[in-house]
Amino acid sequence: MATVKFDNATRVYPGNDSPSVDQLNIDIEDGEFLVLVGPSGCGKSTSLRMLAGLEEVNDGKIWIGDRDVTDLSPKDRDVAMVFQNYALYPHMSVAENMGFALKIAGEDKAQIRERVEEAAKILDLTQFLDRKPKALSGGQRQRVAMGRAIVRSPQVFLMDEPLSNLDAKLRVQTRTQIASLQRRLGVTTVYVTHDQVEAMTMGDRVALLKDGILQQCDSPRRMYDHPDNVFVAGFIGSPAMNLVSTPVVDGGVDFGTTTLQVERDALAEAGSRVIVGIRPEDVELTSEGDGMAIVVDVVEELGADAYIYGSAEDAAQVDSGEDDDGVKPFIARVDGRRPPRKGETIYIKPQEGHLHVFNAESGHRIGH
Amino acid sequence: MSTPEKLGLMLFAIAIFAVVFIGILLLAARFSGRTGERIQAASFVLPTLLFILVGLIYPALLTIRDSFKEDAGGGFGLANYVDIFTQEQNLIVLRNTALWVILVPVLATGIGLLYALVVDRTPWEKVAKALVFLPMAISMVGASIIWKFVYEYKPSFRDQIGVLNAVLKTVGIEPKQFLLDVPMNTFYLIIVMVWIQAGFAMTILSAAIKAIPDDIIEASQLDGVNPVQRFRYVTMPAIRPAVVVVLTTIGIGTLKVFDIVRTMTGGQYETSIIANEFYDAFFRYNRPGLAAAFAVLLFLLVIPIVTYNVIQMRKDA
Repeated sequence: MATVKFDNATRVYPGNDSPSVDQLNIDIEDGEFLVLVGPSGCGKSTSLRMLAGLEEVNDGKIWIGDRDVTDLSPKDRDVAMVFQNYALYPHMSVAENMGFALKIAGEDKAQIRERVEEAAKILDLTQFLDRKPKALSGGQRQRVAMGRAIVRSPQVFLMDEPLSNLDAKLRVQTRTQIASLQRRLGVTTVYVTHDQVEAMTMGDRVALLKDGILQQCDSPRRMYDHPDNVFVAGFIGSPAMNLVSTPVVDGGVDFGTTTLQVERDALAEAGSRVIVGIRPEDVELTSEGDGMAIVVDVVEELGADAYIYGSAEDAAQVDSGEDDDGVKPFIARVDGRRPPRKGETIYIKPQEGHLHVFNAESGHRIGH
Repeated sequence: MSTPEKLGLMLFAIAIFAVVFIGILLLAARFSGRTGERIQAASFVLPTLLFILVGLIYPALLTIRDSFKEDAGGGFGLANYVDIFTQEQNLIVLRNTALWVILVPVLATGIGLLYALVVDRTPWEKVAKALVFLPMAISMVGASIIWKFVYEYKPSFRDQIGVLNAVLKTVGIEPKQFLLDVPMNTFYLIIVMVWIQAGFAMTILSAAIKAIPDDIIEASQLDGVNPVQRFRYVTMPAIRPAVVVVLTTIGIGTLKVFDIVRTMTGGQYETSIIANEFYDAFFRYNRPGLAAAFAVLLFLLVIPIVTYNVIQMRKDA
């Protein structure tokens, strides 16, 4: 077990002008579960592969423990990886797949068998040990891939979207299993996913990347409550945070018919407009004429809660830079027993203390 | 018949064939429904079956019958087969054929595989592969003539036009009559076939190597394999089916090889093989029975290879 440190690690693919991973700095603690998350093409997989040694590091360094592994070959890094498509050896049985690394390392057969059986017990694979991968279901193959990593007892686990080939139900189930397994084994883990729910539920810390640049690396709670910029605010959370561009007025920011109180200092350098962010669950329904007017387009009733999707009459939703085209609806969570009806006009404002304010130019957080 | 007449006749035959075929198709198209489908299917299958019957099966049966016909007396018996397995000259033919069938597939596949591995993912891969594949495009007779020049011999006081002897002479070794050098001359002929077939092996095996998923290769890197171990534990098991297909395909092609021996030595100097020998038996020794027996033997030798090939392909499917 060991710490992992990305020290200004940079990867530029040959023929590209801009780096795919640009000066990445992350310190991962011993035994920590770190999730790299971001939209496709953000460089999260590349970062993981740089750590695995499958991708060259063009600039900067990568450390595992107190070893500089930047130029080491994958086999000398003592890391084990779980691949998206599992990458099991098709001609080997489950047991052979799991024990292969040990066999190559020259361990004796009895020892290998013992460790494979131990891992198989943990993963509930004992009765499949003599089968070929072809004869297994997707979930079982995924567990074999996990087992192959566990058997080696490496310093670091690397996982590249290991759940993306499972169906929705199994994914949720396996998500918890992996997280609890990691806690039990206490092995430092770097996990890549594009799914922010996975990131939030599994990670001790979450690192969000966009265009090869680290946006924020914090605990899931902190990412949610305290997004550093508009992109993080829009990416983390489902349904996504409402982001509205609005003018700065005396004593705060304009919000429909009311003015929201914002610290004076924060607004000092903001210019004439700011972006305010309100999570759907932080929306408060008010009486007519108080706050922003929203015309309800769609009501999603989920039982306990209902989500309304509406359009604001006098404010434009801001694109957080993710992947949207077209106008985003304004989303609000309301009481499931008394939801407004379609076509109705409602008035809303954020609950006290749950407002996020961002600089309209740079997108950086300026206050709350 | 003069050439224009022959040509006219050929065109006439093609025209008749086209008319009959179109007629069948038009007729078949008139039927519909379940029986109609059967009639349509039959109208495609039956002519083919007919051609196979007349062009392949009937002659094959005739050949098998003829192989038991004694060339001298005209009675039926095993004399031709006894000849094949007892006469000195025929035993050499069998020995040579065995050498060809073992060496050509093994060497061509081995060289092709090595080459495919070496050039894989290098910048000059396409050019390198094209160079090795080129001999496949040359007719066997053409290739034989090229290699006849390579092996060409002139007495040592004269200029050598054969590349090999020119090299030998330059380094001070007495030029050799490669094609007369029993028993090595059979190996010199085998080299020609290997030269032709290695490109084929390389192309198929290269495609098989490229079909191995990248992540499996990467997984093996993380598992710590060196290049030799990677070949043994990852590459080889993955391309095994392709290797079997290549080995058997080249094996069948080698059993039937005729042109190389015919062109380079005519089967003399103990270089003959079965396919060449049945030609000689028929056209030169006037022994149709013996020729038929050789043909049947060739057929029997191909069967196990084809069977093995089919079984392997079924297993992988």
